[in-house]
This record gives sequence, structure tokens and C-alpha cells, in this order.
Amino acid sequence: MAQPNDQSKSLKEQLWDPVAGFGVTFRTMFKKVVTEQYPFEKMPTAPRFHGRHQLNRWPDGLEKCIGCELCAWACPADAIYVEGASNDESANGEGRFSPGERYGRVYQINYLRCILCGLCIEACPTRALTMTNEYELADNNRTDLIYEKSDLLAPLLPGMEQPPHAMLLADDDAAYYRGEFSAPAPAPTTAGDA
Amino acid sequence: MTVSTPSTGSTGGSAEMDRTDLVTLTIDGVQVSVAKDTLVIRAAEQVGVQIPRFCDHPLLAPVGACRQCLVDIPDAGNGRGFPKPQASCTLPVAEGMVVNTQATSEVADKAQQGIMEFLLINHPLDCPVCDKGGECPLQNQAMSNGRGESRFSAGGGLKRTYPKPINISAQVLLDRERCVLCARCTRFSEQIAGDPFIALIERGALQQVGIYEREPFDSYFSGNTIQICPVGALTSADYRFRSRPFDLVSTPGVAEHDSCGAAIRIDHRRGRVMRRLAGNDPEVNEEWISDKDRFAFHYATEPDRLGYPQIREDGELRPASWPEAFAVAARGLQAAGATGVLTGGRVTAEDAYAYSKFARVSLGTNDVDFRSRPLSAEEAAFLAAEVVLRSEVTYADLESAGTVVLAGLEPEDEAATIFLRLRKATMHGTTRVVAIAPYATRGLTKMSGHLLRTAPGDEAAALEALVEHAEHGVDSTAVILVGERLATAPGALSAAVTLARRTGARLAWVPRRAGDRGAVETGCLPNLLPGGRPVADPAARVDAAAEWGVDHLPDAVGRDADQIVAALVSGELGGLVVGGVDPDDTSDPAATRAAIAAASFVVALELRETDVTRAADVVFPVAPVADKAGTFVTWEGRPRPFDAVFSSPSSLPDLRILAGIAEELAALGHGSPLGFRTVVEARAEMEQIGPWDGERASLDGLETAPHTPSTTGHALAAWKLLVDNGTMQDGDKAYRATGRFPVARVSAATYDAHGATLTLTGDRGSVTLPAEVADLADDVVWVPANSGGRGVLADLASPGSRITVTGGNA
Repeated sequence: MAQPNDQSKSLKEQLWDPVAGFGVTFRTMFKKVVTEQYPFEKMPTAPRFHGRHQLNRWPDGLEKCIGCELCAWACPADAIYVEGASNDESANGEGRFSPGERYGRVYQINYLRCILCGLCIEACPTRALTMTNEYELADNNRTDLIYEKSDLLAPLLPGMEQPPHAMLLADDDAAYYRGEFSAPAPAPTTAGDA
Repeated sequence: MTVSTPSTGSTGGSAEMDRTDLVTLTIDGVQVSVAKDTLVIRAAEQVGVQIPRFCDHPLLAPVGACRQCLVDIPDAGNGRGFPKPQASCTLPVAEGMVVNTQATSEVADKAQQGIMEFLLINHPLDCPVCDKGGECPLQNQAMSNGRGESRFSAGGGLKRTYPKPINISAQVLLDRERCVLCARCTRFSEQIAGDPFIALIERGALQQVGIYEREPFDSYFSGNTIQICPVGALTSADYRFRSRPFDLVSTPGVAEHDSCGAAIRIDHRRGRVMRRLAGNDPEVNEEWISDKDRFAFHYATEPDRLGYPQIREDGELRPASWPEAFAVAARGLQAAGATGVLTGGRVTAEDAYAYSKFARVSLGTNDVDFRSRPLSAEEAAFLAAEVVLRSEVTYADLESAGTVVLAGLEPEDEAATIFLRLRKATMHGTTRVVAIAPYATRGLTKMSGHLLRTAPGDEAAALEALVEHAEHGVDSTAVILVGERLATAPGALSAAVTLARRTGARLAWVPRRAGDRGAVETGCLPNLLPGGRPVADPAARVDAAAEWGVDHLPDAVGRDADQIVAALVSGELGGLVVGGVDPDDTSDPAATRAAIAAASFVVALELRETDVTRAADVVFPVAPVADKAGTFVTWEGRPRPFDAVFSSPSSLPDLRILAGIAEELAALGHGSPLGFRTVVEARAEMEQIGPWDGERASLDGLETAPHTPSTTGHALAAWKLLVDNGTMQDGDKAYRATGRFPVARVSAATYDAHGATLTLTGDRGSVTLPAEVADLADDVVWVPANSGGRGVLADLASPGSRITVTGGNA
């Protein structure tokens, strides 16, 4: 490569320009820093950020998921695997996980495949599946990125009871879906009473 | 995604219809000529217009129940039109008729949308949890021919609701809210299966499918109603909520439970069979299968399924690698000396061929028999002379035959597809069924059949008598179907042959098990080599030896299964290679167990752990039919090839295992290898060998032991019910519960003498059963052969022996 000919450059080009760039550096020293100190400081996401999924519960603790697999059907990445099963309605509610006939016995989301597009959320007929703002979906092995139902279920809030148990809010599932249940959940009972 | 079997066109009119019978009409402006009496809905299919429908089914009589198929007919062929839209599923075509479907007519489209709106008024919105969701004609047609919005719900209407779901049998669940009252299930039960235990009851909005409280819907064909239900009103307890249609991969298959070769569709998800449906094969099973073919598939996934080879070391079985097990089996068989081979009747034709060749080429013996049931030398001779290589009778022939004689065969229990064909033929009034049986069974009654009451053992005389009696119509148009049970009636098979020869009637042998006919064709018999080559014929032996590239084949006719058992007990045979044989099925279960214990070396090829594998020295797990390709040969002689559903590297077909042992034996200087390792190679070799074109074995000169009826006690008649305790029906409680309750059937006189509970005592034990009166002879008792305990042969009596009947509990 031929050296540029210094003879053709003006005095400004020779003396001022090489130091002018440091001015940008100097000015920036007095501006507010944009760097986020992740993971030491976590910034909140946008409120409707598509993060990790959650399987919601009715106020009495029963699962909203009915195992219909519409989420799996809607999923463009084939990341969701569901197996339905029949709620056992015979034995005093001891086999009931959701109102109605059917519940999701197996529910897995593979976060290696999930593109967090939210089509599953749109497909869910019972609003059982929603997305949280949690975005920390990384791990050092593939197996742990397949989230099981136990990983995805919403935590039990006060007043909720761990399924399986009978329908506590209403007599039939249709009332649950229509929201026709007495709003406050019954007084919490200790597990094992049933 | 979902792949369905290619439909081979059972719809539409008969293609061979005479040209002069064609009727020309105009559908949506397109002229089409169809056979006379074709329904408009099918004529429209010919021009490519799909009229929505629920109640219409090509194999059921038209009923016009759902009204979804309304079309506009401006000209009915007489110049005048119908003032209102007409149901195209009940309307035959007429010359010059003009039909406008929803494709071109506003009137038809509006009418269809109106009907759909009516149907949806009370239909629940539970598609997400409904098993039919995704493959539902109502869903699909509501999308294609319905209105987007419901005026009923928008107007605040309340749907009619019912408690969900109710059991109409142990297996079939009914969700009345979802029913659109198309009457497909009730029409199927009445017209096809002949079990009219469900009917439409009540009227108006409360109309529903109901059962008689005292008669549960225990039909052997109830699963078909689930399949043809156009909504999710009928579901099975077995498949309920197990998967959705879009999860399933479908593979066509062949039912492995009987010799009918019914086409099925196997729907599987992630390496597990979820359900099985009837395939559509107009030449064989049309669109129907029995519940056994539909629901009995869990046996292959039972926990006692064998997963790896085992060898016995210091008296205990321990896991072994495949090569080690092959080597140990070969060394053991070589040390054991003379070896017999029992294959069982469940093998595919390719596996049977491997057993047959393994016995001849590797073990150098003709001691091979597929019959794991009561048998006779007469039967082996009959199979060699009259059955192998012959396919004279087909399902279509059953429909065109003037008379069908059933001997030693109860089609409803033992060959369900034959039963449905015969019932169809008798309903048309073209065919008459004559049964040589101990009593008029439910199946025979449903076929309006004629009973020739015959005590077990007297079948030969009854068949002989048929020649003399012209009123039974046994002539050259007749078909004689003989079951495998006829082997236990001395002279009966010969009598059937004589009857066929003298009347010109065609004869067919209907075994119970799927592999039996294929095993006959491939020579799993002591007197037959593959392709129908008689062992006794030197030319046939030379031919087979040349094809196999061996110097010579054993020339003496071998031992049959009973003789193999006897020879093992006496020590004449040392080794035994045994396939899927349940000792309790054999003519002497105790002797078979003793033989397995007495044998110095037993190689067992089994799917699941059994008494045989527990006693064996080397155990090989074999592939269930879902894991291997193969061919079943139906009772007609029709090959029914099928492909593997799953590919599992640890699940090998029998022929691969036999090839492995044969190679090790050859390395030890014993026989030669089989020369094939895969199903494809075995098929190619079978094709190359081909059928024997020389002289067939003959039945002439066969001496049968004369039947000397004993007069003491009662004669025992028994056969296996369709749903019973067979090991291939394990794993589905709901299915088992649909079986008929085991009872002992006796004559009214015996019932009066001994009461409602009978204790039957034979030479092998005694059995207590509730009694039921049937039109039996006074000295005959009928019991189900395998519906309690270990089965009749193990618990009660030897074949052909007499039993004593006493009242009450023993």
C-alpha cells in the first residue's frame, strides 16, 4: 500500500484532526451512564414483555389448564408438549386437578425451542397459560431447559389449596369459566384435611 | 401430521353397473351420469361437490336425520321442482334432474346454514376438551357451512345441558350434550352388528341416545360407533383425553387378533400406540373391525415385556448380550441333540418361514408345528391336501353364496369380520347360514341362521348328513367354512371334504389365529415344506433342498405338536425351540409344562414373561407386530403385508433371532445358516421359492379313529369368546369389562335338574359357573374356553372327554 502523500494535507489535517476525536471521549465523561450493571442490578422490563410462561390457578388453587393442547397446536416452534388426562371425579375430589373433566397431566415447554412469540397465550381457552416478565432463561445443559409443569405452575397464593381437591368455588366447571363464583376463596385449610 | 389410509372407494354406486342403467342429471350446472338409485349426495361427490352431512354413511341405510345436506332442486326430472330444499342423502337421482348445491344456490346455502345453526344451539362449547376436536365433521362443517355468529347465545339463550359423560358400556362413553342425533350409532348397531342395545329415546329437545337398563351395550363391535360418530358424543374410555388428532401419526396396519386380516389404522404418538381405528378395505373388512382389533393393543406395552436376551446360569436367568445369547443357544441346541420346534399361531408369514427353514436346514428335523391347540393328524393331512396354496373363497363369495355352512366355527367369537359379512349377506336375503353347532348362539340368531344341533364329536355325521338333505341348499353355490375346532372331531374334516366334492361346494378353513394360515403356507407343519411341498414327496424335498442350497432335507414326516410334547417327556427329543405358545392353549397343558421342564435345553422366543420363558434356558425377546414388518395370510389365502409402525433396534423379529442362532449353529458345524436376516430378505426368498407346482398331498386313504360316543356324563362344547382372558388382550380394563359374563350353557332339563349354579367336573379338575338355559342337547354343556382360571383345557377336561355336572358349589 502506498503511503499517503503528506505534502497534500493541510495544517488542520495534520495537527487538529488527530486530537479532535478525544473531544468525544472527554464530553461523554460528564454524561449519564447507559450501561446496565446486569446481573448485579436488574432493570424492569416493559410491562408486557414476553418472558417465561406461567400456568395459572383458580382462586381455590385448582389448575386452569385443561390439557387441551391448543397451545401445542399453535406453537410455531413445536416447543410445547402436553398430555391430557381425566380428572378422577369419583373419590371425594382426590383425583381432581382442574374444574371440569380434563386436566393437563404432563406439561412441558422446551425453552431451547421456544421463541417467546406468545401465540400459545392467544390460543389458551382458559387463560391458563400467560407469560411472566422473567427473562433469565439460560442454563449450562439442555435438559434443565425443558420446564415441567411443576416449574411452570403459579405459586399458591394465600387462600389457595394444593390440588388435587374438589371444586371449592362452585358446583360445576361452567361457573368457574363464567366467573360466577363467590369471589373470596374459602378460608385456607391445612393440607391433609381432605 | 395425520396421514389417513387411502380410501379405496366404497362410496358411490357400483362401478360395474350396466351402461343402460345410467341416469344423467345436472348438478351445479355440470352434467353427470351415475348409476340408477344413486343418492344425490353421492352423485354430487362425482362432480367434486362435497355436500355437508352428518347422518349419511355409505355403508348404512339412508335416514335423513340431520337435515344438513339440504340442496335446492329446481327440476326433479319431471319438469317441476321441489318447493323447498331437499335432503340429498335420501333422494335418489332421476333422469333430467337439476340439483343446485350450496356451491351455486343461495337457497341451499341458506338452508344449510340454518340447519347448522339449529345443530349448534345445544352443542356445548367444549371443543378444547373433546376427543373429536381437530377431526370433527361438526367443527369442520360449522366452519365451511355455518354462520360465524350464534344468534341464540347472543340473544341470551340457555343451552340444554346433561351431566357429562355417561357410560353406555364399560368402554363406550356418551356425552349427550354433544349428540346431533344423526342415528349413525343406532343404525350401525341395528343394521351391521345386530346388537340393537342403543336407541334414540325421548322426543324434541330431550331426544337422546339411550340404552336398555337391563341390557348394557355389550356389543363386540361397539368401537365402530365411536369411530363413525360425527361429533364427540361417543368416546372410548381407553382413548379418552389421551391425545389430540394433530399429535398422532397414522400408519396403516393389519389386525393381529384373528385370521380375518382386517385393515386397521394405528395412531401413535412418540413411540406409543394411542388408538387403533378401522381401516377402509372394501374387499376385506369394509370399514368395520371388532373391539378386539380396536382396543386390544396394550399387551405390547405391559410391564412384563421382555427387553433383552436372557440365559440361564446356575439355575437363574441373567441378562445377556445378543451375540452371547445366540452362541449359548446354538451350543445348547447342539448338545441337546434332537430338537422340536413349536412356533405358536401368532407369527407373521415371514417369521413362520424362518421357523420352518430353521427346523429343516439348521436343526435337520421335520418336528415343527404351529398348532398350539388341540389338533389331530387328520388335520395336518387336511391342511396339506385341501388348504395350502388354495384360495377359493373370498369375502365377496360369502355374500354371493347361496348357503354358507359353518362347522366348528362361531364367527362372532372366532372370526368377527366373517360374521359381519355373513350378517350383511343374510340381511340382504341372498345367503342362508347353516351352522353345525351345539346350540343357536347369539351370533347365529343375528344371522337368522339355521342350526343343525350337533353334539361335539358328532360333526362328521352331521356333515355327511348334509349331502342327503337338499333342503339345506348345499350345492355348487354353497361355501363350507370349517373352523380349527373341527380338528378335535374325528373324521369331520374328511367329511367336509367329501361334502364339498359331492356337492361342488367350495371349502375354506378358518383358523382362529392370525398366523395360522401363513404358517401352513410356509410349512410349519411336520408334513409340509414351504410353498405346499409335501414332505413325503421326494421330488418336493429335492426341489426345496435345491432352492435352499442344501444337500438333502430330512425325509421322514415329523412329529406334530402333541408328539413333540410326548417325545420331550419320554426323552426322545432333547431340545425345544418354542415361540409364542401358551401351555394352557395346548391339548394337554400339564404335559406341555412337563415337556418344557423335561427338555434338556429350551430356547424361548417370547414377547412377555410367561411360564415358558421362566422355564427356558435361553430367552429371546421378540418384536410385537407394531415393531416389525410382516405379512399375515387371511383364512382366504390373501396375503396382508404391513409395515413396521415403530423402529426399535432392541426389538427384533423372530426371523432375525433364528438367523442368529442358525449362524452360530453353522459355525459349530451344525446345519447351514438361514441366508437372510431381515424381513425384506425373507420375503424375497419366499417369493423366489414360490409355490409347489407338483402333485399335492391327498386325503384319500386317511384312516380316522372312529368316533365312539360315550354315553356317560355330558359332552363338553367349548370355544374361546372374542373378549376373554387371552394374554394379547391384557392391559385394558374397560375393554375386558365389555366381555360377556362367563356362564355354562345347558339344556332346560339339566338346568331344572341341577339349578342355577353348576359344578362341572372333568378329568383335569372342576369348574363352578352360573348356568344359563340354551337349546342344547340334554347331554351337552357349553362353557367359554378361556374366560376363567387357566382355561378349560387346563382346569376342566381333555378334548373330547366327558364331564359330570352337579348342582351348586362343589
